[in-house]
Amino acid sequence: MTLLRTTLAAGAAVLALSAGASAQTLIYCSEGSPEGFDPALYTAGTTFDASSRQVYNKLVEFERGTTEIVPGLAESWEVSEDGTQYTFKLREGVTFHSNDQFEPSREFNADDVIFSFDRQGNEENPYNGYSGGTWEYFNAMSMPDLIESIEKVDEYTVRFNLTRPEAPFIANMAMDFASILSKEYADQLQEAGTPEMLNQAPIGTGPFEFVGYQKDAVIRYQANEDYWKGAAPIDNLVFAITPDASVRYQKLQAGECHVMPYPNPADLDAMESDESVNLMSQEGLNVGYLAYNTQVAPFDKVEVRKALNMAIDKQAIIDVVFQGAGTAAKNPIPPTIWSYNDAVEDDEYDPEAAQAMLEEAGVSDLSMEIWAMPVQRPYNPNARRMAELLQEDFAQIGVNAEIVSYEWGEYLERSKDMDRQGAVLLGWTGDNGDPDNFLAVLLGCDAVGGSNRAQWCHEPFDELIQQAKTTSDQEERTQLYEEAQVVFKEQAPWATIAHSVVFEPIRPEVQDYKIDPFGGHIFYGVSLAE
Amino acid sequence: MLRFVLSRLVTFIPTFFGVTLVSFAFIRLLPGDPIQLLAGERSVSPERYAELEAQLGFDQPLWQQYFDYLFGIFQGDLGTSFVTRRPVLDEFMALFPATLELSICAIVLAVLLGIPAGVIAAVNRGKFFDQALMTTALVGYSMPIFWWALLLIIVFSSGLGWTPVSGRISLMYFFDTPTGFMLIDSAMSGEPGAFRSAVSHLILPTIVLATIPLAIIARQTRSAMLEVLGEDYVRTARAKGLAPLRVNGLHALRNAMIPVITVIGLSVGTLLAGAILTETIFSWPGIGKWMVDSIFRRDYQAVQGGLLIIAVIVMLVNLTVDILYGAINPKIRKR
Repeated sequence: MTLLRTTLAAGAAVLALSAGASAQTLIYCSEGSPEGFDPALYTAGTTFDASSRQVYNKLVEFERGTTEIVPGLAESWEVSEDGTQYTFKLREGVTFHSNDQFEPSREFNADDVIFSFDRQGNEENPYNGYSGGTWEYFNAMSMPDLIESIEKVDEYTVRFNLTRPEAPFIANMAMDFASILSKEYADQLQEAGTPEMLNQAPIGTGPFEFVGYQKDAVIRYQANEDYWKGAAPIDNLVFAITPDASVRYQKLQAGECHVMPYPNPADLDAMESDESVNLMSQEGLNVGYLAYNTQVAPFDKVEVRKALNMAIDKQAIIDVVFQGAGTAAKNPIPPTIWSYNDAVEDDEYDPEAAQAMLEEAGVSDLSMEIWAMPVQRPYNPNARRMAELLQEDFAQIGVNAEIVSYEWGEYLERSKDMDRQGAVLLGWTGDNGDPDNFLAVLLGCDAVGGSNRAQWCHEPFDELIQQAKTTSDQEERTQLYEEAQVVFKEQAPWATIAHSVVFEPIRPEVQDYKIDPFGGHIFYGVSLAE
Repeated sequence: MLRFVLSRLVTFIPTFFGVTLVSFAFIRLLPGDPIQLLAGERSVSPERYAELEAQLGFDQPLWQQYFDYLFGIFQGDLGTSFVTRRPVLDEFMALFPATLELSICAIVLAVLLGIPAGVIAAVNRGKFFDQALMTTALVGYSMPIFWWALLLIIVFSSGLGWTPVSGRISLMYFFDTPTGFMLIDSAMSGEPGAFRSAVSHLILPTIVLATIPLAIIARQTRSAMLEVLGEDYVRTARAKGLAPLRVNGLHALRNAMIPVITVIGLSVGTLLAGAILTETIFSWPGIGKWMVDSIFRRDYQAVQGGLLIIAVIVMLVNLTVDILYGAINPKIRKR
C-alpha cells in the first residue's frame, strides 16, 4: 500500500509539473485523432486543427477570430478587370520547418505554391494519387472547373487564371485545402520512395513545428522560432486526445489541459459557476433550417410557407433542443458572416394569424411530412426532438405532420429528389466565410436537385447572388447579399431555425484565446499567464 | 495430446472462413454509403461519385470485392483505411498493444481477486462474508461502465488527486515506444518516473475493465466450488483428516477450475467489447475506440480487417482454453 501511495503521489506531482513548467506548454484536450497531416486530403475539422491551423499557412488567411481575409504567404494580390486573373505577390524571407529527415535549402517561393495546387488537380503530378488522395475539398469547391492554369510569373509572383470571374475565389484560398506545402520536401520524399511521409511528418511555414504523433493519444508541436509573423508566445503545444466530453472537463478542472472543445451541454451550467473555467461562447458558422419543397403544392405558395413559419415557436426549440446553446435564426447566413442583414425582421410567432393566412390561401386539412435527420449536427443536436416540436406547432394551426427519417446517407440522397414530399430538416456549416458559400450553394438555381433542398429557383434572388459572385468589390457584394436576404425572407423557401452557439471552456490562465468562427482551434497568439 | 490439439486446429479452419465472410458482410449490410457519408451535406455530383467509387473499388461486384479481401488476407494485406488512407494492419498494430496491455492487466486483476473471493465465499457458504461478496459481485456485474468510470475519475482523480484523469502516461514524457506496451517502454526509456506514471495511468482503467469479469469469475468459482465440495472424494479427503487448505485448495479447486477457465476464456471477448467504453472514457489509445469510429464512418476495410483480427484472437484464446481443458482433465482428451 505504501508503494501504491508513493506511486500515486509521484504521478500527481509529475502532472502538476507538466502543467506549469517554466517553458510554456499549452495543452489542448482535443476531441479526436487527425486522419493525417496533409489538410488537402481530408475534410474533418479535427484534422485541420492538427495540421493546417498550426503547421501551415495559406496565401491569404482569416484574421484570427473573424471571417475577414488578410494577407498570408501572399503579401498582396490583384484582380484583373474582368475578374478572371488573380495575381499574388509572395512574401520573401519565409522559411520552412525542418525535421530529422529534412533541412530546407531555400526559402519559400512560387514553386511551393504551384506544387500545392498542382498535385490536387493534375493527374500527372506524382503526388496526385499519393495516400489514396481524392482531394475532396478541392473538388467540392469546384476548383478543377474554375482554375484554368497557374503561372509562375517570377520567383515571388504567382498568377491564377480562372475560367470565369468568381469573387469567392479569394476566400477559397484561405481554406485549409489551400495550405502551402514545401515542394523541396515533397521532391526529397519522392526520391527516397516515402511520399506518404508528406502526410505523416508535415513540414510547413506555420507558427508551430510538428514534433510527433502517437496515434489516438498525443500530438506534439514546438513554436517555430523563425515564424515570419514572430514566434508564438508559448513554447510547446500539446494535443491530448480525449474523446469523452465529460472527461475533458475533468481534465480541464484538474489542470491537465488548458483548452477543451465541445463541452457537454449538460455541463454548461456547472462550467458557468466554476472558478477554474472561463467559458467562452460565440455563434457558430452554421444554420439549421426546415426546407419546404417549393415545387410541390401547396408549398409552391409563398403564403403557405409563410404561415407555417409563423406557427413555429423558435424559442421553445432553442430551449429544448439546443438547451440554450443556440440562437434563433432569421437569415439563411449566420451573424458572424459579413453582409449579414440585421435589418431583416423575423416572422412573428403568431399561430392565429398563421391559421388565418392558411385559410386565406385556400388550404385546409393540410397533411405533410417532416423529415428528421438521424444524426447529431452542430446546427441540429436532436432533429427528432425538433421535428416533434414542429409537429406540435403545426398541429396548432390545423396542419397534420408526420415525422419520417432515413439512415443518414440515404437521407442526404433522397432529400435531393425534386418530387420529394415533405419538408426536410437540414443545415450547413460554412467552409470559407463567404456568403456565396451559403446563398449560392444552398439556394441558387444551379443547386436545385442537389444541395438546394427547397428546390427553390427564384430569379430575382438568383440574379442578385450571381451578380455578387462576379463582382470583386466587397462593398458592392455586401449590398447585393443584403438585398438577397430580404428577398429570401419574403419568399420563405425555408423556415430558418437556429444557429448553434459554440462554447469553449478554457482555464483562466489562458490569455488572448479567440473562438474561431469556422469552428477551428488556433493557438498562435495565445499565451499563458504565470 | 497431439491428436487432440490437431483435431481442435482442424475445426479452426471453417470457423476462420466463416469469420472472413461475416466480417465482410457485416459492415456492408448496415445501411449507409461511405461516399455519401464522407461528403455529408456537401453534395457529390454523379460523375464525381462514379469516380470515387472506381477509385475505392466499390464499383466491383461484391463477390469480386470479397475475393480481393480474401487474397489480401493470405498476403498479409488487410487493405487500406478509407478514412486515414493508411494500411489497416498498420493502424491496428499501432493501437492493439494498448488494448492488450489494458486487457491483460484487467484479466490478471480479475483472476487474482475473483478466484480467491469465490473460493472463500464457497467455503463460508451462507455466512456474512459470502453474502457480502456475492452482493458486491452482483452490483459489480450490473454496474454501467460509463457511470462507474466517471465516478472513479471524479473521486480519485478530480477529488483526491491520486490518479491522473486519462491517457497512458504523463504528457511530460516523450520517448519511443518500440513494443507499444507502455509499462515495458516506460521502464526501458530510462526516464525517471516514467514507469510510475504509466502505472498510475493504468490503475483506474484496469479497475473499470476488470469489474465485470471479476464479478463473473467470483460467482462462477463459488458455484463450481460448491458443487465440488459436495462430492464424495472431498468428504473422503476431509474424513482422512487432511488440512482444510489442502482439501479446498488442491482437491476441490482443481476440479472446480474447468468451468472457471471457460469463463475466463469467454471473458476475453467481453474484455475486448468492454474496452470500447473504457478506452473512450480514459482516452486510452486502443482498438475499441478505433473500431467504433470506423463503423460510424463505414470504413469498410478498417471494420472488416479489425473484426477479423479480433475474431481470430478470440478464437485462439478459446482454442487455448480447449487445450487447457485437456491438460487439466485427461477425460476430455480421450473423448
